[in-house]
Amino acid sequence: MGRKKWLLAAGVLVALVFPLGLRVPYHQHILIMILVWATLGNAWNLLGGYAGQASFGHAAFFGLGAYSAGLLVHHLGISPWWGMLLGPPVATAFALPIGLVCFRLRGPYFALATLALGEIFRLVFTNWVAFTNGARGILILPEFTRKLPYYYIMLAIFALSLVMVRVMVNSKLGYYFVSIREDQDAAEALGIPATRYKLYALLPSAFITGLVGAFYMNYVAFIDPHVVFSLGDVSVMIILVVMMGGVATLWGPAVGAAIYLALSEAFRARFGAVSLLPFGVLVCLVILFMPNGVMGEAARLGKRLAGRREGWGGEPA
Amino acid sequence: MVLLGQAVVSGILLGGMYALIAMGMTLVMGVMKIINLAHGALVMVGMYATYICFQQWGIDPYLGMFVAMPLLFLLGCLIQRFMINRLLHVESILPENQVLLTVGVMLVLTELVRLVFRSDYRSVATAYSGKTFFLGGVSVNVPMAVGFLIAMGFTYALHLFLTRTDLGRSIRATAQDREAALYMGVNAPRVTVITFGLGAALAAAGGSLLLPLFYLWPDIGHLFTAKSFIITILGGMGSMPGALLGGLALGVAESLGATYISMGYKDVVGLVIFLLVLLFLPGGLKSLLARR
Amino acid sequence: MSYLELRGVTKDFGGLRAVDNLSFEVEQGEIFGIIGPNGSGKTTCFNLINGFYPLTGGEIHFRGRRIDGLPPHRICELGIARTFQVVKPLRRMTVLENVMAGAFLRESRVAAARRRAREVLEFCGLAHRADVEAKSLTIADRKRLEIARALATQPEVLLLDETAAGLNPRECEEAIALIQRIRQSGVTVVVVEHVMKVIMGISDRVLAINFGREIARGTPGEIARHPEVIRAYLGEAHA
Repeated sequence: MGRKKWLLAAGVLVALVFPLGLRVPYHQHILIMILVWATLGNAWNLLGGYAGQASFGHAAFFGLGAYSAGLLVHHLGISPWWGMLLGPPVATAFALPIGLVCFRLRGPYFALATLALGEIFRLVFTNWVAFTNGARGILILPEFTRKLPYYYIMLAIFALSLVMVRVMVNSKLGYYFVSIREDQDAAEALGIPATRYKLYALLPSAFITGLVGAFYMNYVAFIDPHVVFSLGDVSVMIILVVMMGGVATLWGPAVGAAIYLALSEAFRARFGAVSLLPFGVLVCLVILFMPNGVMGEAARLGKRLAGRREGWGGEPA
Repeated sequence: MVLLGQAVVSGILLGGMYALIAMGMTLVMGVMKIINLAHGALVMVGMYATYICFQQWGIDPYLGMFVAMPLLFLLGCLIQRFMINRLLHVESILPENQVLLTVGVMLVLTELVRLVFRSDYRSVATAYSGKTFFLGGVSVNVPMAVGFLIAMGFTYALHLFLTRTDLGRSIRATAQDREAALYMGVNAPRVTVITFGLGAALAAAGGSLLLPLFYLWPDIGHLFTAKSFIITILGGMGSMPGALLGGLALGVAESLGATYISMGYKDVVGLVIFLLVLLFLPGGLKSLLARR
Repeated sequence: MSYLELRGVTKDFGGLRAVDNLSFEVEQGEIFGIIGPNGSGKTTCFNLINGFYPLTGGEIHFRGRRIDGLPPHRICELGIARTFQVVKPLRRMTVLENVMAGAFLRESRVAAARRRAREVLEFCGLAHRADVEAKSLTIADRKRLEIARALATQPEVLLLDETAAGLNPRECEEAIALIQRIRQSGVTVVVVEHVMKVIMGISDRVLAINFGREIARGTPGEIARHPEVIRAYLGEAHA
């Protein structure tokens, strides 16, 4: 136990100090984007990984968070930082009816319904020009010219999501989530109200996703519907990041995010527009040969080596 | 009135071609029970194959499709044989791993095409591209009409294949009940490989028919994936008549939406129908047909 | 007022009538057996009591309260737990975690649920498998796990669906002993079986059904001699 605490303390210290040593803003930018994707992954993992409800429409919550911030500037001239307060509740408020509707469906039908909903948000935000400024998007002046403040804000959000997932998963909620994932009928027969607990996974998931969306608006300073509501670049990419790192593992999303960013950025320089090619190949390979992702397989390997059991999905229960 | 007729006619013509693409998807979903997010990418690859034939050797798209189809058949077989069938024996936490694998395939195909052709918009200009004729006051675009007729021809051929041949019957049997089909001596792995190949070939056929009507670029696949899903769910998974009806319905709904609501919102119409069917008519049009 | 009562319960699937105007009462503290050939509507009966299927007709009452129409989790909360004929282990959770998932119904703290789960595992003779993933259990242990998980919800009534099916004679004996221990602990047990030997050995009263209809009821001895029952099981020739 003591060793674990030291490890954590060291990790926090490195996370706080390391970016100070980076001279190139681009490198700091990559760190920030890793945190963005890791946090999105954490949020998705709660619903998709632990509760087993694979949402293909999380871009809706990301986009709602981003536009909550953007539209405050666009219409009211209010600082987009207030969007960080507005975005999460807005995303959560939309998540409630979405959940109540989509949780009637199971498995692939749930996936398809969320996919369609995500696309509907994208199309509406593209076409409702009077409210959203349409495909031209929203451009703001960034608050800071340096990257470091953004890094620390995003680090705090990431830490929040990590603690939240850990606390939830190690409580009764976590057991109920995984029970529903493993067999919904059995879970209901054990007195677990499945729809309610799926909502308990969805709402915080949407909250965090909306928060990251609002941060993204502030940080990147430009959004349009095709970026923030993207099926391929947001909804599906979140899933791939989590899957690669390890579904239903605490650190999987962070590992997946690091791999994703490292690969796509490394190849952006060389291949330009087709920087996703190596990532796509890696996705296929990981699914075929490491179906539980990096952390999932590592946990299994560790278990086999140490001959001891850990909690479901690889971390201590 | 003419406007309405115009919208309905072009909706039906376009819908017939959508239906052909969707039949490829519904076949795969029916037999394998998987969501294939790479289907649109297969359409896109088929379109590029036909495009190359046209650009390099001046082969008309309506002939070029007969090059694209066997190519895509082969590609589909390989994907099923070496990737998706492999996954049946790999245990993972999420059953969605199969879906994600098709996402991976989609990414690879799209990016490979982008590597070769870049993201430029391309189109084929044939002698008949802009031609129209009139049918009782309604103007009909020639490539649309020709494409529709060929699509219907393929639909009929597919129907004959699935009902009259042993292989076709095996495919239908596997779609209905995989266990029972295995028990009856159907070679399921072989059937799935051929089914995926067939699905890819149909995707190529539909894509080639649409080539004279659409701009071509690597990301066009998403469009067709979305449309095929809507049609598949609308028609009922695995149902060919359902896919045909669903295709026509989607074509008309989009066309009416574009005419009377707005060009931008026409895709919303399809998605909303899709959601409603998912929620309230889980078996799709197929279940309505069966209830009769 | 009866304890658990079905009144004229009917269930149609499309054109097929799976359960036809079935009425019976279960007394508190007894072991009540339901027998019938395959496809006679036994499991459907459980699915109706437990809320998985809506009724086509009739009513179900438990402790003076009408419970048909309630969702499965509410019915479990009221004190009716069940097992499944086709066992449904939560595959990637350990045996202990499976049972904890049931225990959380009455205990919201993890430590308390774990303690409760360990007790139940001990009671069911599954404690030595506590840390094994459920998917790697043998059939007999999976059946035990089904029971343990249901018991962890601290039910008043336990519905056991074909617990003996697929077990060898020795495992069968153990299952019977376990069911008797459960009754002794104060839980009312409803057992569905088509293995006559098991049900006859443990039930206080037995209901025989075929084609979803009652054909006989009484003590095990009466049922075993009943001509309708013999006909249903062995065919006309033996009647």
